[in-house]
Amino acid sequence: MQRRFLAFTALATLILGLSCGPKLNPNEIRIGEYGSLTGAQATFGVSTQNGIQLAVDEANAAGGVNGKTLKVIAYDDQGEGSEVAVVVTKLITEDKVQVILGEVASSLSLAAAPICQDHKIPMISPSSTDPKVTQKGDYIFRVCFIDPFQGRVMADFAMDQLKAKSAAILRDQKSDYSMGLADFFIKRFQERKGAIVSDQSYVAGDVDFKSQLTIIRGQKPDVIFVPGYYGDVGLIVKQARELGIKVPLLGGDGWDSSKLYEIGGEALDGCYFSSHYSPESTDPKVQDFVKRYQAKFGQVPDALATLGYDAAGVLVAALKSAKSLDGADIRDAIAATKDYPGVTGSISLDADRNAVKPAVVLKISGGKASYVTTINP
Amino acid sequence: MEGFLQLLLNGTALGSIYALIALGYTMVYGILRLINFAHGDIVMVGAYAGLFTALALHASDHPTAGGFLVVMAAAMAASALLGYLIERLAYRPLRNVSRLNLLITAVGVSLFLENLGQVVFGATPRVFPDIMPNVALFQSGELSITNQQVTVFGTSIFLMVVLEWIVQKTKLGRAMRAVSHSHETASLVGIPTDTIISFTFVLGSALAAAAGILVGISYPRVDPLMGVMIGIKAFVAAVLGGIGSIRGAVVGGFLMGISESMVVGYGSSTYRDALAFAILILILIFKPAGLFGKYQPEKV
Repeated sequence: MQRRFLAFTALATLILGLSCGPKLNPNEIRIGEYGSLTGAQATFGVSTQNGIQLAVDEANAAGGVNGKTLKVIAYDDQGEGSEVAVVVTKLITEDKVQVILGEVASSLSLAAAPICQDHKIPMISPSSTDPKVTQKGDYIFRVCFIDPFQGRVMADFAMDQLKAKSAAILRDQKSDYSMGLADFFIKRFQERKGAIVSDQSYVAGDVDFKSQLTIIRGQKPDVIFVPGYYGDVGLIVKQARELGIKVPLLGGDGWDSSKLYEIGGEALDGCYFSSHYSPESTDPKVQDFVKRYQAKFGQVPDALATLGYDAAGVLVAALKSAKSLDGADIRDAIAATKDYPGVTGSISLDADRNAVKPAVVLKISGGKASYVTTINP
Repeated sequence: MEGFLQLLLNGTALGSIYALIALGYTMVYGILRLINFAHGDIVMVGAYAGLFTALALHASDHPTAGGFLVVMAAAMAASALLGYLIERLAYRPLRNVSRLNLLITAVGVSLFLENLGQVVFGATPRVFPDIMPNVALFQSGELSITNQQVTVFGTSIFLMVVLEWIVQKTKLGRAMRAVSHSHETASLVGIPTDTIISFTFVLGSALAAAAGILVGISYPRVDPLMGVMIGIKAFVAAVLGGIGSIRGAVVGGFLMGISESMVVGYGSSTYRDALAFAILILILIFKPAGLFGKYQPEKV
């Protein structure tokens, strides 16, 4: 009995000791980051984290922000909405971060945004394109374009460059991003008198898409728009080719991952997607960034890595100009961002806290994406 | 019409995978009256075992039928061993306690495998090596049949025939049937019931691994939670056919695959997963014994 009581006390002390949290260093600015470092969209999280880390390391090497060093505290949300709420709350209440960066997937940013807004902690999403994300409140920002624009870009591209008159849609009904992007594509396509011959859906994580594709095949569309994430898209494209569908499949920035080519292989040849930047750009700023990123991580940065870098860059610039490190002052400084020279283009935040930027269209062949065109807002 | 035939074909290939997995559920239920919830996760382990074997042998560099068979054999052996260990370590110590304890243990084993899988293999999906490149064997108008579909269907049918032969024609099979009838009587006439139960798990797990490889070939994305949904659907297929009945599991599997394909094709994929549960509920209300099962009132 005595021993059990002792053990209990020891355990209780241990738990209390652990929950007291880390001692806060006043010479540090704590930046929280949540991302899908594992799970179905792991390359998104890892790329974004690499980009953020590179930007923060460079800022620290250049003397930090007003004498303080930046520290990134990153948690894995496994690409699950339920995990997002847990890790973001932990970042704010336990790690006491002053600002938060994340996520890529719009559904996950939407899960975190109300929490950040409630705690008055500014959040910058590097690459969530669903318009609803920044509508969650005035502490929520993004450094990428939004889906009404991206949907328009792909619809225009299909009609002008591919001469498509009819299109079929295959969307992920569990993803805010995919549902929204499909709607914006349809809107633009129909405005320009194109026909949407079939609108099918799937649920992220499905592996069999042949039934939907069989129905789409019967409608003989000129293009198929698949605004999903790379893990599902790779399988979809493969199965489309297995069913003898030869028309191009089009997608959005959710396709931008080296894993896509690993899963989809040759089936992807002749498909197109829109994204935020192309590493093939001749802009010296881009080439310089690609070199520095490659030196550190040994691979060519994808769009998510680049947006992670730009999001952290916008944040560092805002921290430098902020009146104090209070949430409200940091928020005001981020909101005032104008003509920030990002790698993905010049970033100015509009009244809705979104960046207005051009999009690029990439074509896939031989396991890599090459630059086709830039479309301005 | 071509659309309908294609959907039927896709559904048949998917259904044969469900049938293989459903067999494992039904055999274990037949012999132990236990729903082995970990069965779907054995499919996952089988798929990973095949993935690593294929990578080690570089089987995707020069895809051959031999390579496919080696990968299949290795995966089946690995899963058979796992099935044996699960039975030996988790279920056998509970042989003489209430069946509820056994059921809860099965759920525990399932969660254990799923989480262990995430630790060992990582939560990020892996790409299954292309050990059988897809080639269209038959093309008529829009209808196409690929070598993968034929392989999936052929392998499943072959394994089901082998299983039927083992159960009906061999001494082991006769012992299995005897044990499923009554443990006590079987042991009274000298049948080593524990060995026979282990053998049932080995057999069921090997079939699950084969299903895992077929999933890997047709849908080359493997992750530690892949067994959850497919396991549930195969379980429903087994219940639909009449749990405990081998023929029922096969028919249930095909029905499940084909109706899923039709629902997605002509309805909406929203109802793909709902369909399985709707079938389960309807069967339990209107025909609790399933299509081929015999209704046995619970003895209290």
